[in-house]
Amino acid sequence: MVDIKNENQKIEEKMRNVARDLLKEKKVDLIIGYSEGTLPLASAPVFIRDEQEVDKLVWNNSCYVNLAKYLIPNIRENINGELVDLKVGIISKGCVARSIIHLLVEHQINKENIIIIGINCNGILNRRRIEKEIGAHEITETELSGDHLIVKGNKFEKKFKFNDYMNELCKHCEIRAPPISDSLKDNIVGECQEVDSLEDPFEDIVDFEKKSADEKWAFMNEVLKDCTRCYACREACPLCYCNLCFVDQNLPTWFGKTSEISDILIFHMVRGLHLAGRCVECGACSSVCPMGIDLSLINRKINKVVKDRFDFVSGLSLEKLSPMMTYKMNDKQEFMLEEN
Amino acid sequence: MNEVITEKAQKEDWEPKIIAFLCNWCSYAGADLAGVSRIQYPSNIRIVRVPCSGRLNPFFIIRSLVDGWDGVLVSGCHPGDCHYISGNLVARRRFAILNDLLEFFGIEPGRVNFMWASAAEGERFAVLVRKTTEIVKKLGPNEKFKKQW
Ligand code: SF4
Ligand code: SF4
Ligand code: FES
Repeated sequence: MVDIKNENQKIEEKMRNVARDLLKEKKVDLIIGYSEGTLPLASAPVFIRDEQEVDKLVWNNSCYVNLAKYLIPNIRENINGELVDLKVGIISKGCVARSIIHLLVEHQINKENIIIIGINCNGILNRRRIEKEIGAHEITETELSGDHLIVKGNKFEKKFKFNDYMNELCKHCEIRAPPISDSLKDNIVGECQEVDSLEDPFEDIVDFEKKSADEKWAFMNEVLKDCTRCYACREACPLCYCNLCFVDQNLPTWFGKTSEISDILIFHMVRGLHLAGRCVECGACSSVCPMGIDLSLINRKINKVVKDRFDFVSGLSLEKLSPMMTYKMNDKQEFMLEEN
Repeated sequence: MNEVITEKAQKEDWEPKIIAFLCNWCSYAGADLAGVSRIQYPSNIRIVRVPCSGRLNPFFIIRSLVDGWDGVLVSGCHPGDCHYISGNLVARRRFAILNDLLEFFGIEPGRVNFMWASAAEGERFAVLVRKTTEIVKKLGPNEKFKKQW
């Protein structure tokens, strides 16, 4: 039996030490990390400049935010009237580091200014699922014991098995610490891991693909019909960094703003398309959805298509171009109409 | 009573409406050639001329379905022949992903069709338009994705 609480403490300790050293040696101006949240099952991002404050950093299984989001636009400070880029140390579980690598591939951030503080993530809890199962009660306290999470509230107490209540994405995740990329070696401190390629059988997606068109349609409708299009999923995604997102444009208005199902589906389809070859499966989008919609099915499908067609996994290497940035003369085109 | 009759009549000789995005340099000229050569093809398609298949935002295609078109046809120059050199190659990747995603969402395969046709291929253009029309006709009206209100 794994003791997750113990594991977390170890991770936390290591992470604080590394962060403290970085600040002490003035290698970074700022540390971005997680701190205790104000609500149960949540954590809050924190920006630390002073080594005395390093103890504010925490690691627990509710650190669902993808901190890479805060790297764009570049973090700057006004020094004597001049904008200077700050050097940032960023606490990175595997998926955060992957988004950083992908942002580097897309030339959105500057490698010189970033130090990745690697930690070996042990899985993020699916808070929306837990909240749904608790129902209308208020959660006042959560506690880890052994491999279970105990959720307490007024006159109730419930036990959840950690491995079952992890994010769907975390269940499939093989890259728990920052992947080493040769040209990024100098930027990583703390833990990291060697991954050249990824074997993901995408069993869940393959199962879903077997359904008939009508079944798929019905399922998608059922899952997405509650979406209020608050766009929190877009806000949380480190790769949704466009200054003007298509959903906010009104000349042209790309799609209606009603709660009619095609208006909802069109958003999710295009969101998916825009993340093709880019999504790093961090699960931040699903964790922040106020309606508890799990977007991992769509994200994973897109990743599967990209893997099958273009043999690409996002956020592993600085050298490989993302598939939508390039093309090959002999790309498969079996879906095109032919005369016979 | 009247309504019932019209509905029935509609079903029997229902003709799909298909929106066709044709690249200006090849397929549009191909369609032209088909016309000039008096090759018959179904009048179900309504042509939108685009500068290059690379101009097509996948959004146009999805939006066409939401707007109620029964089918979509996209046609560009053959790979390697694009007037802008690589427009269709970039587009092909987008189309591939779009095609897979539409299917994943439960849109019937065949609602959206992609093809290549050059300016000299009037015959091929007509054949493929016929094929598309047949496919869409078999699928029936686009009721799923069409915006209801
Ligand atoms: S966060 Fe949830 S409700 Fe909001 S737009 Fe995204 S899927 Fe819809
Ligand atoms: S789409 Fe969701 S899972 Fe993918 S990178 Fe963005 S926030 Fe993470
Ligand atoms: S010009 Fe015809 S596809 Fe690019």
